[in-house]
Amino acid sequence: MDTMAAIKQTFFQECEEQLAELENGLLAIERQEGDLETINAVFRAVHSIKGGAGAFGLDDLVRFAHTFETTLDLMRSSELEITPALVKLMLRAADGLADLVRFSRDGADLDRARIAQLNGELSRAASGEAAVPTIEAAAPAAPAIADEPAADENGFTPIRFSLDDLLGGPAFSADETSANAPLTVRFKPKPELYAKANDAVVLLREIRRLGEAKISCDTSEIPLITELDPEGAYLSWAVELDPAIEEASVREIFEFVVFDCDLDIGIAPEPVSATILTLPEPAAPAVEAAFAPAPIPQADTATVIPLAPDREMTPTETLIKAGQAQQPAAAGQQTTIRVDLDRVDRLIDLVGELVINQSMLAQRVTEAGIARLSEVAVGLDDLEHLTREIQDSVMAIRAQPVRPIFQRMSRVVREVADMTGKSVRLVTEGEGCEVDKTVIERLADPLTHMIRNAIDHGLEKPEDRVAAGKPEQGIVRMTAAHRSGRVIIEVSDDGAGINRARVREIAVKKGLIEANAQLSDSEIDDLIFHPGFSTASSISDVSGRGVGMDVVKRSIQALGGRISITSRPGRGTVFTLSLPLTLAVLDGMVVTVSGQTLVVPLTAIVETLQPKKQDVHGLGDTSRVIAIRGSFVPLIDIGRELGYRDEEADPLNSVAIMVESENRSQSALLVDGIIGQQQVVIKSLETNYGHVFGVAAATILGDGRVAVILDVDAVVAGSRADTGRSDISNRKRNAA
Amino acid sequence: MKKVILTVDDSRTIREMLRTALADAGMDVLQAEDGVHGLEVLQSAMPDVIVTDINMPRMDGFGFIEAVRSNDQYRAIPILVLTTESMDEKKDRARRAGATGWIVKPFDPVKLVSAINRVAA
Repeated sequence: MDTMAAIKQTFFQECEEQLAELENGLLAIERQEGDLETINAVFRAVHSIKGGAGAFGLDDLVRFAHTFETTLDLMRSSELEITPALVKLMLRAADGLADLVRFSRDGADLDRARIAQLNGELSRAASGEAAVPTIEAAAPAAPAIADEPAADENGFTPIRFSLDDLLGGPAFSADETSANAPLTVRFKPKPELYAKANDAVVLLREIRRLGEAKISCDTSEIPLITELDPEGAYLSWAVELDPAIEEASVREIFEFVVFDCDLDIGIAPEPVSATILTLPEPAAPAVEAAFAPAPIPQADTATVIPLAPDREMTPTETLIKAGQAQQPAAAGQQTTIRVDLDRVDRLIDLVGELVINQSMLAQRVTEAGIARLSEVAVGLDDLEHLTREIQDSVMAIRAQPVRPIFQRMSRVVREVADMTGKSVRLVTEGEGCEVDKTVIERLADPLTHMIRNAIDHGLEKPEDRVAAGKPEQGIVRMTAAHRSGRVIIEVSDDGAGINRARVREIAVKKGLIEANAQLSDSEIDDLIFHPGFSTASSISDVSGRGVGMDVVKRSIQALGGRISITSRPGRGTVFTLSLPLTLAVLDGMVVTVSGQTLVVPLTAIVETLQPKKQDVHGLGDTSRVIAIRGSFVPLIDIGRELGYRDEEADPLNSVAIMVESENRSQSALLVDGIIGQQQVVIKSLETNYGHVFGVAAATILGDGRVAVILDVDAVVAGSRADTGRSDISNRKRNAA
Repeated sequence: MKKVILTVDDSRTIREMLRTALADAGMDVLQAEDGVHGLEVLQSAMPDVIVTDINMPRMDGFGFIEAVRSNDQYRAIPILVLTTESMDEKKDRARRAGATGWIVKPFDPVKLVSAINRVAA
């Protein structure tokens, strides 16, 4: 990657940070928690984006950011009253800016009409409502920008003042200067020039770089030493330039100092001065020589005295300069470093191998019959401890707070609220909760859809809410928390809850269930996860993108997560996502089935038990249930379910593993035996082989054998389809 | 001797662009994220030129320039203001605060270096 591309990447990273800052600031202002610094920060965010965008020639972005910034500037200077409507416009503009950034970065879809409309609204807000419109605000946005490229083209040429006015004399434009007439410069610095750390010698040196110049110094105004002000300006110069030198380049040299000196650049009407010193090439030493005779006041304020050709350093300065070799490092002290993600992933892979190796070694040691307290075994324990610690630390590198994704949802809420005409407030909790980066990235789409659903389907219309005795503004709540090694994310609304009669009616109409099917409330609720199910009567803009809750469920499952729903009529609906903290390792129970070794994720296991004869009951032709503490739980024979054997296993010679699947229903999985509990490194089967029903992934065990990790939810759902207890999931089985 | 340039800008992007451009021109670059940080860096460094942004958190460019100009040790350091504002008003304020010159963003590396040469001894 070349340097420019790397900086561009930095720019877009920074843009994301600025956009988050912008949105947070505007939201704070909306909540009336903002102060002047908040507005300043918001302004800076837009300003920064504009600055960087300009450097990369992202003209669309610059143009929009400029209009945005102009309006924000008026807010900042209190020339524009901050009203709720204005803040709302700003929030929409922030969304538009985010779209433009993403468009500039990777060509994402861009609604140009919307951007243009926002641009217009911003301009109107700035010009129409401003109490005292400034020049910047009054000017339409587009022309204001159109001016800038001219400036950009020449770097920093646009000094927009008239030298006529400034000098009270006729200006000499480049056109008027004939190529043959030599230019002369009369230059008399004022004390202010030196006070701003400009240096007459440097300026004259720059003139010398343009070509041959005859420079003369007028020292006549230097007073007696007793009357000399060390910060005064007593010298002036006259320069006669080579005719080939253009006036524009001379003016550029004096660009910074025109206000702080008397400057006259023009065609020489007469010989410049009596004391012309012709400076031969090379310049530098000659300049020194030329200026050496000028009396240099040796005051302690030597730093502002202009004429020391190579400014003598004070002892302190010398000391400081000598120590400067260390400076860049000291100044650049940082508490964070940026590392390529590939490197972290490589490290995680290696640690995974280390974990496997360590457990293989442990197994060999056990097999060799080495005593638990022998030095080898104790050393191995230490190794295991260290390996775990390394693993945790490496995983922590990938862990990131869910904050950015939560923040992104506030925009979704705004958009959907606007589209549906509902009033919504998003409440978030636990943004600091950390999860694996990949998990976070892949949560964006499911969460977006859930939020859309919560507003579109969950929340009632304002008038209905009022009629139901609720506040007009609905609340969508998003929380994240760590619970027993997983992260739990809840999306809830305080709407009407799931309309079960309607859900049932649709399911019957679509042939998902029989008209007379006996379904519990939670089973009805679960119907919304069924492929193709949609309660919206029309395909609305909001939720009708061909994506249903079934897709949400599948993407959550693909992350090793579970989704469940609880709904209370009139009180609202809660979607609960339970996700693993990492996608790289898993705590599992190693079991045997028909001579195969399988791993059951520990998170799914509730308990294990030895079935007793009197507890196992047949149900219909093929299915069996087991009675546990007074309730019946379906008994699933893993060996049969996965096709390892045809005949039913004898429950009395098996172990039942009680598992809880995503809808919180329990099942008992029948396996032949339990080997033990172990942390395993997840290796994707789909990437390396293909999708296999009932298998989530594979792993390598301590003895080097490959074992598959059981997809508990899929097995449970598949078994239900088999028994005909409910035909909700039969398509899943068929598809597999 | 290599010129040492202190760049003060809250934008990582701009800091990186400045660093690249200045390093390519054979200059040493010190970096600060805002005015307060800039003053901290100055406590242990004497740059030949300071290039500073205007809009920054904590202490903006104007405040930073004033602070540098009111300190006997640093007051002679030329300061170039780096700004997207081509508006005279901003330049004027920067000049009044004591800025030596200005650079309008987006800047051309060649022009940046030439501006530094126009103010650095």
